[in-house]
Amino acid sequence: MKHRLRTTFQNTNFVVGFSILVLLLLLTFVTPLFMQGSPLDMVGTLFNKPGNYVNRMGVIDAPKYPMSIEVASIRLGAAVSNDEAKQMLEWLEKSELDVEWKGLDPEKDRAAIVELFLANYDDSIRLPGTSAYRKGFTRLYNKVQNLLSADGYVVHVADPDSESGYREVGKIESRDFTNVKDVPARRFFLLGTDNFGRDVFHELISAIGNSLMVGLIAGSIATTIGLLIGLTSGYVGGWLDNFLTFVTNMFTVIPSFVILILLSYSISSSSRSIVVVAFVIGLTAWPWTARSVRSQTLTLKNRDHVNISRLSGFGTVRIIVTDILPYVLSYVVMAYILQISSAILAEAQLSMLGLGPSTTTHATLGLMLSWSMQFQAPLSGAWWAFIPVVLSIALISFSMNLMNTGLDQVFNPTLR
Amino acid sequence: MAETDRVKVKRRELTETFLEGKNMSKVYGMGRRANRAVDNVNFKFRRGEIVSIVGESGSGKTTLAKMILGLTSITEGQLELYGQPRAFGTTAEKREYWKNIQAIFQDPFSTYNVFSKIDKVLLNCIELRGQKDLPYAQKVEIMTEACSFVNLRFAELTNKYPFELSGGQMQRLMIARIYILKPKLLIADEPTSMVDACSRATILDMLLKLRDEEDMTIVFITHDIGLAYYVSDTIYIMKSGQFVEQGTSDEVILHPKSDYTKRLLSDVPSIYEPWDLTSDDLLSEEDEFPTAAGGAP
Repeated sequence: MKHRLRTTFQNTNFVVGFSILVLLLLLTFVTPLFMQGSPLDMVGTLFNKPGNYVNRMGVIDAPKYPMSIEVASIRLGAAVSNDEAKQMLEWLEKSELDVEWKGLDPEKDRAAIVELFLANYDDSIRLPGTSAYRKGFTRLYNKVQNLLSADGYVVHVADPDSESGYREVGKIESRDFTNVKDVPARRFFLLGTDNFGRDVFHELISAIGNSLMVGLIAGSIATTIGLLIGLTSGYVGGWLDNFLTFVTNMFTVIPSFVILILLSYSISSSSRSIVVVAFVIGLTAWPWTARSVRSQTLTLKNRDHVNISRLSGFGTVRIIVTDILPYVLSYVVMAYILQISSAILAEAQLSMLGLGPSTTTHATLGLMLSWSMQFQAPLSGAWWAFIPVVLSIALISFSMNLMNTGLDQVFNPTLR
Repeated sequence: MAETDRVKVKRRELTETFLEGKNMSKVYGMGRRANRAVDNVNFKFRRGEIVSIVGESGSGKTTLAKMILGLTSITEGQLELYGQPRAFGTTAEKREYWKNIQAIFQDPFSTYNVFSKIDKVLLNCIELRGQKDLPYAQKVEIMTEACSFVNLRFAELTNKYPFELSGGQMQRLMIARIYILKPKLLIADEPTSMVDACSRATILDMLLKLRDEEDMTIVFITHDIGLAYYVSDTIYIMKSGQFVEQGTSDEVILHPKSDYTKRLLSDVPSIYEPWDLTSDDLLSEEDEFPTAAGGAP
């Protein structure tokens, strides 16, 4: 046994799969210690991009450091796209003003184009075309009109005592800088936020944990039922075997996913918690474990060591536990790993159909996918709401399958 | 071939009928596809007798052995122990039956559970004897005695797994198991066919010693008619589920009546006969031997 364990941990496939799984588990256990709040706190708004978010008022309050860095072109580069520069050139061309616009390249001379556009733009010049086309230029002008000024902003607060109704509290020069670390209120969203404004990373970590739990519960239930039925029907035989095989075949013939959908559907959505869904999955996934354990038991039952145990007067249960179970155990462990991974996939499938755990207190990988589909994350370009989830599911299944292949190489004599 | 040519195991006076099979059959399947593995078989085993059941593979020897052992059900007929139909219903009755009737199987490598240590096999026997609550030191004493009977040292065997032993050692340990249980009937299902010639002689000697010391009935199941003649008092020849011939070993071997027995006997190779050099099977001296340099045609 010790020897088998050692060879198992010398198998590359198994070790890689096992390390991925351990890393994922570590992630789910360790990361929550460093995160504030619950994973389902609605912190942000709909689909915020990944990144570091700092409070704007905090930026004004924070100490300022004037620096000699050319800010205008950076602001221009960030604010005016290539297309917008082309649009400006188009206006200059069509307005037929006497301006030297030829030879300006929208890529390189963006600042010059913006400057020229700002200097010459006139709302009263009526270009040919639709009104929407003309309004586009007005919007462009409004957007860029402040970009080139080096005057900075003046910050006011409402003050009923003063004449104007406002009181100046500060001035932001164009070359003022602030250290982000000086801003007390900030939040880092590694993977942005989802449709409810939840931190996707934090949610993902807890969802991986919950999905693994679904897999573990469902896999354990399926393996236990399969093992019990397989061992009894294989060893005891007779009418009990016929009956159990009949039941197993019935479950195999009816597509288990259909049973899964019907079962989930018949349980009211309020009582469909994570554990209930795991049970439902476990109760439909056992037949193929039962079938293969039964066939292995049938061949083991006629071995001489079983005969010797029978001749020693042992009861059925004792023979099954000491003489048959150890021989099928290595296979059962492999089946168990596959059951876990397929249960995680089954949960994701159910949740995508809206039949998964209906819970507002826990997230699972399937639920996260379901939410992001319902709020059209792919259409909004919010890749961070679903791609990390899909990758996590793939990673878990991948690691489980690697472990399974590794174990197969260790225990299957035909592959050794 | 006269009786005096061979050194034979000493014959014994046999009186008491111990186990009797009456019209026993084992049928697999039903209707047209029914297969009669053992077909209407009658036999009588006496105390202290060595019986051989000889037949080729598939003749139903092992099925008959399993029926006697109670490992498979008897379809028709019955088995009588001291004139009474055997009691084989409850677990307690079965345990009582197995105290009297035990077996050694053919392949020592598959007779052991590779997941448990080998002292477990002997401890289980002590448990079957009803001495489960014996202090451990006494159990060790019993096991040591049994092991020394089969020329094994118990101290070397403790905490070992079956795959750490050789085939001969495993088979001898099985005999140690029988020594602890001291059953009245031992069914030895080709006990020597998977071990080397050296171990074979020792194992046979030990079985004969068990018969002499414990007055044990031994049923040899074998395809080797020469071995059967060497050891047994009575021989049953089995063919497709039926006994085609039965009787004392001298009767059966020296004066066979059935054609099948004669054929079996003619298949036994004899090491005493000189080689017939004029036979066509052998190459004559004039024949050219193909050499490596010349190459085969």
